[in-house]
Amino acid sequence: MLLSRIDKPGWIFLGVLALACIVVPGLNLLTAPGSALHVPTYAVSLMGKYLAYAILALSLDLVWGYCGILSLGHGAFFALGGYAMGMYLMRQIGPRGVYGNPILPDFMVFLNYKELPWYWHGFDWFPFAAVMVLLVPGILAFVFGWLAFRSRVTGVYLSIITQAMTFALMLAFFRNDMGLGGNNGLTDFKDILGFNVQAQGTRVALFVLTALALGLAYLVARFMTTSAFGKVLIAIRDAESRTRFLGYRTAHYKVLAFTVSAMMAGVAGALYVPQVGIINPSEFAPANSIEAVIWVAVGGRGTLVGAALGAVLVNYAKTLLTGAMPDAWLFALGALFVVVTLFLPKGILGTLTERLGSRRAKARLPGPKPGEIPPALAEEGRGS
Amino acid sequence: MSAAIALPTSDPVHEKRLTQALLYVDDIKVTFDGYRALRGLSLTLMPGEMRAIIGPNGAGKTTMMDCITGKTRPDTGQVIFDGLHDLTRMDEAAIAELGIGRKFQKPTVFESHTVADNILLALKGPRAATASLFGWRNRVERERIDAILETTGLVAHRARPAADLSHGQKQWLEIGMLLAQDPKLLLVDEPVAGMTDAETEATATLLRRIARDHAVIVVEHDMHFVRALQCRVTCLHEGAVLAEGSIDSVSADPRVVEVYLGR
Amino acid sequence: MHRRLVLLLIAWCAIWALPAAAQTGPDAAYARLASDSYSDIEAGIAGLATSGDPKAGPVLRALTDNRLLYRPDDKALAIKDGAAVTDARTGAAMSPDGLKPVRVNNRVRRAVDAALGTLNLLAPDPATRRTAADAVFKARDAAALPALDAALARESDAGVKRSLQEARAAALLAKPGSPEIERLAAVDTIQARGDSEALAILRGLSGDASQGVRDAAARGVSAIESRQALMANVQNAWYGVSLGSVLLLAAIGLAITFGVMGIINMAHGEMVMLGAYTTYLVQELIRQKAPGLFDWSLPIAIPLAFLTAGAVGVLIERSVIRHLYGRPLETLLATWGISLILQQAVRSVFGPTNREVGAPSYMSGAFDLFGLSITWGRLWIVVFALAVFLTLNLILKATSFGLKTRAVTQNRRMAAAMGIRTPWIDAFTFGLGSGIAGVAGVALSQIDNVSPNLGQGYIIDSFLVVVFGGVGNLWGTLVAALTLGVANKFLEPYAGAVLGKILLLVFIILFIQKRPRGLFALKGRAVEA
Repeated sequence: MLLSRIDKPGWIFLGVLALACIVVPGLNLLTAPGSALHVPTYAVSLMGKYLAYAILALSLDLVWGYCGILSLGHGAFFALGGYAMGMYLMRQIGPRGVYGNPILPDFMVFLNYKELPWYWHGFDWFPFAAVMVLLVPGILAFVFGWLAFRSRVTGVYLSIITQAMTFALMLAFFRNDMGLGGNNGLTDFKDILGFNVQAQGTRVALFVLTALALGLAYLVARFMTTSAFGKVLIAIRDAESRTRFLGYRTAHYKVLAFTVSAMMAGVAGALYVPQVGIINPSEFAPANSIEAVIWVAVGGRGTLVGAALGAVLVNYAKTLLTGAMPDAWLFALGALFVVVTLFLPKGILGTLTERLGSRRAKARLPGPKPGEIPPALAEEGRGS
Repeated sequence: MSAAIALPTSDPVHEKRLTQALLYVDDIKVTFDGYRALRGLSLTLMPGEMRAIIGPNGAGKTTMMDCITGKTRPDTGQVIFDGLHDLTRMDEAAIAELGIGRKFQKPTVFESHTVADNILLALKGPRAATASLFGWRNRVERERIDAILETTGLVAHRARPAADLSHGQKQWLEIGMLLAQDPKLLLVDEPVAGMTDAETEATATLLRRIARDHAVIVVEHDMHFVRALQCRVTCLHEGAVLAEGSIDSVSADPRVVEVYLGR
Repeated sequence: MHRRLVLLLIAWCAIWALPAAAQTGPDAAYARLASDSYSDIEAGIAGLATSGDPKAGPVLRALTDNRLLYRPDDKALAIKDGAAVTDARTGAAMSPDGLKPVRVNNRVRRAVDAALGTLNLLAPDPATRRTAADAVFKARDAAALPALDAALARESDAGVKRSLQEARAAALLAKPGSPEIERLAAVDTIQARGDSEALAILRGLSGDASQGVRDAAARGVSAIESRQALMANVQNAWYGVSLGSVLLLAAIGLAITFGVMGIINMAHGEMVMLGAYTTYLVQELIRQKAPGLFDWSLPIAIPLAFLTAGAVGVLIERSVIRHLYGRPLETLLATWGISLILQQAVRSVFGPTNREVGAPSYMSGAFDLFGLSITWGRLWIVVFALAVFLTLNLILKATSFGLKTRAVTQNRRMAAAMGIRTPWIDAFTFGLGSGIAGVAGVALSQIDNVSPNLGQGYIIDSFLVVVFGGVGNLWGTLVAALTLGVANKFLEPYAGAVLGKILLLVFIILFIQKRPRGLFALKGRAVEA
């Protein structure tokens, strides 16, 4: 039943992901480092990072594209997922830190912590950390969404307070008293599930895992948006108060979508951290969240596949440009924001499918005739 | 809350109902930034009754609808539905679930949904977010959608996005959504604004047909249309009822009706 | 005016001349110094101390330095300065023949130190007298009482007089066996002074103080403490107002572009930044061409910043924003893009580092107001913020442009139908908001680092201020800015700067849940978005 709900771009997307899961590891592991076909390990991690961003974009599209909630704080959920994973990775360092303390991470020794803060307990156990990756962003989103949507904070106001939320979290995580590494964040990871995070095999595995997670996130989002739930979400996006008058508790729908979306973003962050090797408070910066919005806008909001595509394209361009012409990147990114909103409001995928779709639709249906009266009524009207 | 009527209590004679009226609006007042939109409006609607509300701009017609549907909370006064429910304490969704449907002045349909999906969303049924994730509409509902599309003459357009419909078609789609909701009380705000004469005629017919098994309140400026509805008329003015009665008596002598209200 | 000044001067001189003529004069004191008896010398020192003679200071200092000479024959005094010898009274050169040094021992030195202190009590310059009085107050030297009494008798300056009385009170409390009635009066005087020095004195009464004096002192201590707590609050409130005025400056342009026009202008911070860089350019130009005009750099920069930022604003509105009316979330993205471009443009031209913007003379320094220390720079920024606010209010309320702006924002189609050129009103309103942001940049260049990131630091705060105050309500913006500023400064002592800020952010987030339209929300159907 789920399979029938996947559209053509969806199948192409899933196909490309499956292909990447085979080709990229193959070209990395099976070819010689010097050969033309070889994909170096750093590039595998870089692509893994793009895919983690794609999951974030997908989660943002779920709320923005389908429910009209423009969150400028999704970077916070991403970062919280990342911190949960980072805490697990910190505990895996064990006595191999600079100070050699078997319990306390280096920064705690440095800051004269006597014992592990209570919220660090359990993070040495992977299943616990994995649950926290989902729960921490999920609970924050639930509480935040419950408050905001129940009191009908919408549109711009919601965007502004989500931005305030991530900003507040950034300030909080910069504090050393938070016990999460302050300014420097969490880094110097050694192992994940017993495998060396730097090792080629681990990196390839993380890439494949990220690709699978992206596919799964797509399926979840697609399932949600094509169900009756999704129809209500779109109704809320188009005319929230009308939806309410039909008897739907729109706040519940929004909270549910927002929470699921935040959990996805958390997973994205958790996959991102071991591949880049660090998580620090700057991930909470409001600018990051806004940048994620432009990925979605570029690819096409309300298309899911487009959001993922946009994330990969924009970040690939960022890698190219910041390498070649560092000064040009912000000009390009800024221009991208302006050009996409002015000339490409539906994004790449939205514009493409619209072109194809409208050609087909025109062939099938005649245009509406204004003033046409329903035959049943017209008859009865004359009769009475 | 005034003490005009005690809230649902034990009243053996009326089986806990406070009033036989389907809708009992008592002395509601609404103020926006010092502007008194409603100044003690009272209105009673019996089950199955159709009522036309007329009045100049700013008379409080739309604000009254807002109070009944939970969009606006009156400063004082009571709105009792079905003799049991104080609507001033409920939110829009709860009121809609009680069986009050509303059609807006400006047609508001879900533009990016198809015509059929618009009806589907309005269909009676569970509204909970979690259930909607897994539930799917069955064949019976599909038949019901077909029937409503038939009634509103939108069968040919069922797969089109609602955004593509003409103004009149959107009006009918909205009425179709009301039918799908199958409410006990329909509130219809200016259903024929911007319609041709023929469309207006057809709409009046449709409303009369709906009124056979639903209570209906219609707000309208068009006196021809109101006359075509063949129902009782209430005239509002400056946030209160000025006159009430048959269309002839109201248009002939409003002062008599004012006395009839017994303020 | 002129005549009164002259009269005042004459009176002033008379007051100073009279006591000097009435006293026996310093001659006798000088004569006693010219001696080889320590007790004579000491008496001479004491005499000089109360003489008020302008030469007394140099003479006494020369004495402790062993540079004071005398001639036993005619009791002449001379000061040796290296090889030169001058008459101590007249300053004329003198032959060193027959001169011998005035002898000095520790007692003499102590006497000189005390005398120098009290001597300043009689110095012609009021500031010097005041410093001297404060020094005695801190020393709590009972021995200085006669000098204080002498000084009090001739003091005319009210401020110095009070310092002298405080010094006398401190000395009295320190002096063993002084009468209770005088001590009680002294406690009152000290209490009135009310600072931490006064607290120290009242807490450290000498051993022989009676119970009555002790009680009075205890009452004084608690009175001072509560007064100090009050002053701390007043000081905090002032810091808060100061911060609030900065928030107001940053937010006020946004109150136009966002509040009145409904444009989510994420490039607002960059308009502030442009204003700051304009100030920098003006100052650079002045430094190179006309350094004398430096104090005028800010008044010159204000209109230029307004024009620069305003022109950029009009350009943005015409090229981008006008295509996006009615799509607020899209304007958010587009203006964010513009903000990135502006930041990078400024970074490319001026470099990524902070640029030095100097403070004109009237912006530096501080003054004391009822015990509050107020820096001029902060005061001017508060005044400036209020001036900008009032001007803007006036423009919107009392000019035809303001009337048209309000007409367009309330009912665009109706305004257009009445012949108002809505596109131009849009462009100029946006330009006005941007220009005001630029003007804010001039002020903020005085307290913040002028760098390409300047604007980013204000954008979130600005939005929160406008939303908190209620969109479309300038007075709401004013109240919100001041409230948040003051609240921030009162939270800081308890929570620390960062946590205080976090608490405020959380508060605003929760507040918006309660009142989504801000403090002063417009109600009614028209508001329905």
